[in-house]
Amino acid sequence: MNLSVTAHSVAEPTARSKRIASFVVVIYALVTILPLVWIFLTGFKTPPDSIAYPPKILFEPSVEGYVNLFTTRSRQTPEFLESLPPPQTWYERLVRSRNMVIGGPSKVVPRFANSMIIAFGSTFLAVCFGTIAAYAFSRFRVPLADDLLFFILSTRMMPPIAVAVPIYLMFRNLGLTDTKLGMILLYTAVNVSLAVWLLKGFMDEIPREYEEAAMVDGYSRLRAFFKVVLPQATTGIAATAIFCLIFAWNEYAFAVLLTSGEAQTMPPFIPFIIGEGGQDWPAVAAATTLFFIPILLFTILLRRHLLRGITFGAVRK
Amino acid sequence: MSTLAERAVARTPNRLALRLGNLSDKAIAWLFITPSVLLLLAINIFPLLWTIQLSFTNYRANRPNAVLRYVGLDNYRDILTDPEIWHAMQATAHFVLWSIAMELVLGFGLALLINRRFRGHSFWTTIILLPMMLSPAVVGNFWTFLLQPQIGLFNNAIAVLTGVDPSSFQMIGDVRLAPWSIIMVDAWMWTPYVMLICLAGLRSIPDYIYEAAEVDRASPWRQFWSITLPMVMPFLMLAILFRAIENFKMFDMVNLLTSGGPGSTTEVASITLKREAFEKWRTGYSSALAIILFVTVFGAANIYVKALNRVKQR
Repeated sequence: MNLSVTAHSVAEPTARSKRIASFVVVIYALVTILPLVWIFLTGFKTPPDSIAYPPKILFEPSVEGYVNLFTTRSRQTPEFLESLPPPQTWYERLVRSRNMVIGGPSKVVPRFANSMIIAFGSTFLAVCFGTIAAYAFSRFRVPLADDLLFFILSTRMMPPIAVAVPIYLMFRNLGLTDTKLGMILLYTAVNVSLAVWLLKGFMDEIPREYEEAAMVDGYSRLRAFFKVVLPQATTGIAATAIFCLIFAWNEYAFAVLLTSGEAQTMPPFIPFIIGEGGQDWPAVAAATTLFFIPILLFTILLRRHLLRGITFGAVRK
Repeated sequence: MSTLAERAVARTPNRLALRLGNLSDKAIAWLFITPSVLLLLAINIFPLLWTIQLSFTNYRANRPNAVLRYVGLDNYRDILTDPEIWHAMQATAHFVLWSIAMELVLGFGLALLINRRFRGHSFWTTIILLPMMLSPAVVGNFWTFLLQPQIGLFNNAIAVLTGVDPSSFQMIGDVRLAPWSIIMVDAWMWTPYVMLICLAGLRSIPDYIYEAAEVDRASPWRQFWSITLPMVMPFLMLAILFRAIENFKMFDMVNLLTSGGPGSTTEVASITLKREAFEKWRTGYSSALAIILFVTVFGAANIYVKALNRVKQR
């Protein structure tokens, strides 16, 4: 084989080309991550620092953004502040230093809880429905299977706003407007198409011989499914669940049109974190940071299955 | 496999499974598929049919008790002759075409570089992937902060690089720049998506093809055009399909970043739809628009998938 002596076999790039590639990619990565770093840093600025000109790269860190995120405050006259007993806690002292008093907790905790409940509830249902449907599509000859699968996929092509009108009317008639149950059902329906497609791919990869052997040993089809197939599909189910969670966590269009208070999630809430004179950027940045952290963790967990998830299982690695 | 089965048999029998134990495969298949299909029928197809019905009426959702009148195809005729709708379609086309073009160039370029497997490429790839996992709405919201003239990070970064005054231009407020700011933020978010799919394409090309080309003394340029690009093409087309569908429906990021403004320069189709449906409350009219948009996406996607399959077969 004289191929091995070729100086620049394409199978293994030269050291120089690797250096150039790594340089360009690292620059791109740093530029692309900069906005996220900036938001993270803004969360630890004081409101004046956050809108300083020129923008402050070095600043004295403050948790005022986080305090503002979790409280509602009102500005008071110096005379009134004088008349109050001294502040009891560090955050009261911080707020008092801005000539304000804390009115109470803000709505961020219930909104965050809504996001969690709706995301986990809809993911659980979508994965349950998706798993059994995917098994059926994978193992049985379902009449019109391709058409059904395409129908399931095509529901994803509708702009959310297009179906929002009748869903809005439907929810109004059923009393589901601005309820967590309504949002859970809605997100389940959106996620079930993703779950079916992804899980069908995972199920196809589990050899049929496993369950057939179990059935030869006297298992019914259902027991073989629960005891043999499901344990084998755990990784696929977990990856699918994370994709559903991320979708429900990030969803905005339905949330903003169908919820206003009781069931509002974080994405429609964050833009309305208002301070004096417009958006309170440190508080918005703090909320954004807290909202992004679970997603960042999930992305790292999902790294190996990411491609499959974002292409509806069309590309597998 | 018997060990696995034995272990499972030893466990307590599942009561549900026992009761349903003697179901035929066909019954199980239907039992398993029905919940998903019912849910989609109730929450996707039923609303779609309702939208079709509403599109022939003058219904207004904020006046549920007004007399419902069937207006035939009037809504459709009004939409197709409405210059505002054509303007929105142009804005959408501009956004979709340019954002995909940028994502393809950047994403494919990055994939080619990452495929050289330098040290640490996996770590940097994960960093690059982060933006696409985030909520588009929240991303749109914080980019309004980054794009503010004077105090925003973006204007100041441009100022440092080119020496222009950071308050001399407004990415969101300027009629000429606003369409490019939504394209830029979309490209920031979704370039990694195209990159990831291209990377899978590049990794699917077996090394021996390049080795054969090397033996034939094909130049790297020639190798790129006659091996790399054709073999990655199906993956590229898939990436284009997914991005085109997503960006045609684009609502959340644009709604938060520019909400269609200034004026209506960035008013993409979904924003128009939201205005008609939930601000002007012209439910019948907006339903007709929704149907037109859906048919457009659905039809275009179908034609495209046929083309994709042809490329795959080659």
